[in-house]
Amino acid sequence: MSYEMIGITVLWIFLYGYLIVASVDFGAGFFAYYAKTTKQDHIINQLISRYLSPVWEVTNVFFVFFFVGLVGFFPDSAYYFGQSLLIPGSIAIVLIAIRGSFYAFENYGSKKSNFFMFLYGATGLLIPASLSTAMTISEGGFIEETDNGVRLLTGELLTSPYSWSVVFLAIVSVLFISAAFLTFYASKANDQPALELMRKYTLFWGSPTIIASLTTFIAMSQHNARHFEKMLDLWWMFGLSVAFFLGALLLVYQQKRYGLAFIFVMFQFFFAFFGYGAGHLPYLIEPFITVESSVTNEAMGLALVIVFIAGLLLLIPSLILLMRMFLFDAEYVKGKK
Amino acid sequence: MELDSAMMSRMLTSLTLVFHIIFATVGVGIPVMVSIAEFIGIKKKDANYTLLARRWARGFTITVAVGVVTGTAIGLQLSLLWPKFMQFAGNVIALPLFMETFAFFFEAIFLGIYLYTWDRFKNPIYHWLLSIPVVIGATMSAFFITTVNAFMNTPQGFDLEGRTLTNVDPLAAMFNPATPTKVFHVVSSSYLTSAAILAAIAAFAILKKNASDYHKKALKLTMVATFIFAITTAIAGDLSAKFLANEQPEKLAAAEWHFETEKNADLIVFGTLNEDNEVENALRLPNALSFLAHGSFDSEVTGLNEFPEDETPPLWIHYMFDLMVMLGMYALGVSFLYLLFSKLKKWNENNKWLLWLIVINGPGAMLAIEFGWIFAEVGRQPWILRGFMKVAEGATTSPHVDWMFVLFLALYVVLGGGAISVLRKMFKNNPAELELEKRYPDVAKRGGHK
Repeated sequence: MSYEMIGITVLWIFLYGYLIVASVDFGAGFFAYYAKTTKQDHIINQLISRYLSPVWEVTNVFFVFFFVGLVGFFPDSAYYFGQSLLIPGSIAIVLIAIRGSFYAFENYGSKKSNFFMFLYGATGLLIPASLSTAMTISEGGFIEETDNGVRLLTGELLTSPYSWSVVFLAIVSVLFISAAFLTFYASKANDQPALELMRKYTLFWGSPTIIASLTTFIAMSQHNARHFEKMLDLWWMFGLSVAFFLGALLLVYQQKRYGLAFIFVMFQFFFAFFGYGAGHLPYLIEPFITVESSVTNEAMGLALVIVFIAGLLLLIPSLILLMRMFLFDAEYVKGKK
Repeated sequence: MELDSAMMSRMLTSLTLVFHIIFATVGVGIPVMVSIAEFIGIKKKDANYTLLARRWARGFTITVAVGVVTGTAIGLQLSLLWPKFMQFAGNVIALPLFMETFAFFFEAIFLGIYLYTWDRFKNPIYHWLLSIPVVIGATMSAFFITTVNAFMNTPQGFDLEGRTLTNVDPLAAMFNPATPTKVFHVVSSSYLTSAAILAAIAAFAILKKNASDYHKKALKLTMVATFIFAITTAIAGDLSAKFLANEQPEKLAAAEWHFETEKNADLIVFGTLNEDNEVENALRLPNALSFLAHGSFDSEVTGLNEFPEDETPPLWIHYMFDLMVMLGMYALGVSFLYLLFSKLKKWNENNKWLLWLIVINGPGAMLAIEFGWIFAEVGRQPWILRGFMKVAEGATTSPHVDWMFVLFLALYVVLGGGAISVLRKMFKNNPAELELEKRYPDVAKRGGHK
């Protein structure tokens, strides 16, 4: 396998990882705030804070890992994304910064204040919206290259149905993934009232997720026919995605196997995300750079791959330790430790 | 001064770094202090030290959160503000950047475990062991990131043929001539500053309240650490000066206002420059610059006049250098005084004047870090990649950097204010004596005010 394929595969897996763990985190923030305003916070907030306390930093690292890896494997992308994403990128940084630090402030520091909860809930929806801009502009048609460098066509971006359908999809997916995970976590913790509530949220956010996916498909066919055609060739991946989605909903509806249901949700997004990504190739940012044209030199490619493998050997045991101590430690989940 | 995109990018990057470096510095140093305190607590079976480690770790969660998010900010801003530089750097120096994320990941995982498992082990040594990966992760993060900064000063590990990069050697780029001294200086001064700040807090607590056992032990531990790290930092500083004299002479010459290449060069301390760039009002230490640069009083030191004028840094970095050194010496002096006072029985090391000097040393050490980094970064000007790319060539051409500057300024005000108010509340409502009584009732009864 060539370095560009190794690189893009590794990065895509990490972006997928970020999509899942960050969605759980972002959605949890929204649910926590929503529960508070509807006076149901006594039911789920304990649960949410027990999950999030030990892992919020890890979530952030997934993201850092992705963009540092992107610049490493595909240095040209630093130039194109960097030049065009100054404003959406900065907004995303500010939101992530507020969210991360105020989460820590509130959790370790003072009492729960409504304002912190609001920030926490709102940023959870705004961050995916602003980050999705990077995906959107990679489809082409939103940046131009002039003598003065690359620049973002803000007007096009803000009036494009495709760009808005991606934003919508990002937000509802976050809520759906998060609800599915928290349903599973509540069942693990044997917290019946929380389980009931989260189960309802999961069933509720299922349909907008599938509607948003369809809308995005349609908008994509209008915006980038090449990518759309390639995705149609990979129809089976999207078929599997829908099948896993239905399977997950069925399990949650029948009130059984919540763990399996969440794994189905992960597969649902795995196939959709990789189907989308495979269709995107060979372009990294259409039509400016392909993975092949922008890949780093061989020496750096090799060094990065070696470091990546060594890094995984270090991180995987550590992550397993973290999960065993918190996520899968039944006593901890139930709040006894 | 024209406020174009390049200038605004410099200002925004400076803003982020000036803010981030505070949290990055304590992020590297405090885990070491926490680990030492917990270990002493276990060995001496003294809950005072265990509580120290617990309380430091608790405060650390706040600073580390701000450190993480501002670190994310600078990581992204490098690409957003310096896209052409990152395109180049990505090809040559991406390796340590990539490794830094692993080190950081490793640290984050174990910090999460460490913070939430204080009472989960029967044998407390297992909990202490969890602090080791945090210390390693934090220090390795500093190591990797510093190699990137070192690379910007003395780039190597590639050939440039026209605009094409060839013969890239990632390891040579990472282990460039500036790496050893820079890493040593950064890591040592981070440890020093963290110890100094914790010492300042302990001294302040003794001044404001009665001197309890807890605070006295905290002060003693942090002052010993300050003294040791002040010595290693002084050594690192000396090695850094010798490195500059050999590899980056224009930076040293600008810092020392040393214009003519000469033997037996004097060291100029503070002073002012007149219109003809002549030094006035300065303290001159005869032959000291030769000694600082090459280790002997009669060696030749390259002067600034040897370099083209458009490739030398601004001369005001002289003050940054002098302030950094002065504050470093102050840290060494104060910690030495404290140790001297505590050895001599008839002198009281907890006397009011000495405690105030220790309190001042905390912010002083942090200022030294800021001055040192300003010196390091401005001293590289006009280059972003010395000899290959000037700052203006690396910057974004997007016209909106000014608004982003305002946005981030507001962000840092909110984050800084939030961190201070949360930290104050965290410790004000929960004094150490009370917590000691609550968590370790027998120790509190035995100890108390001796």
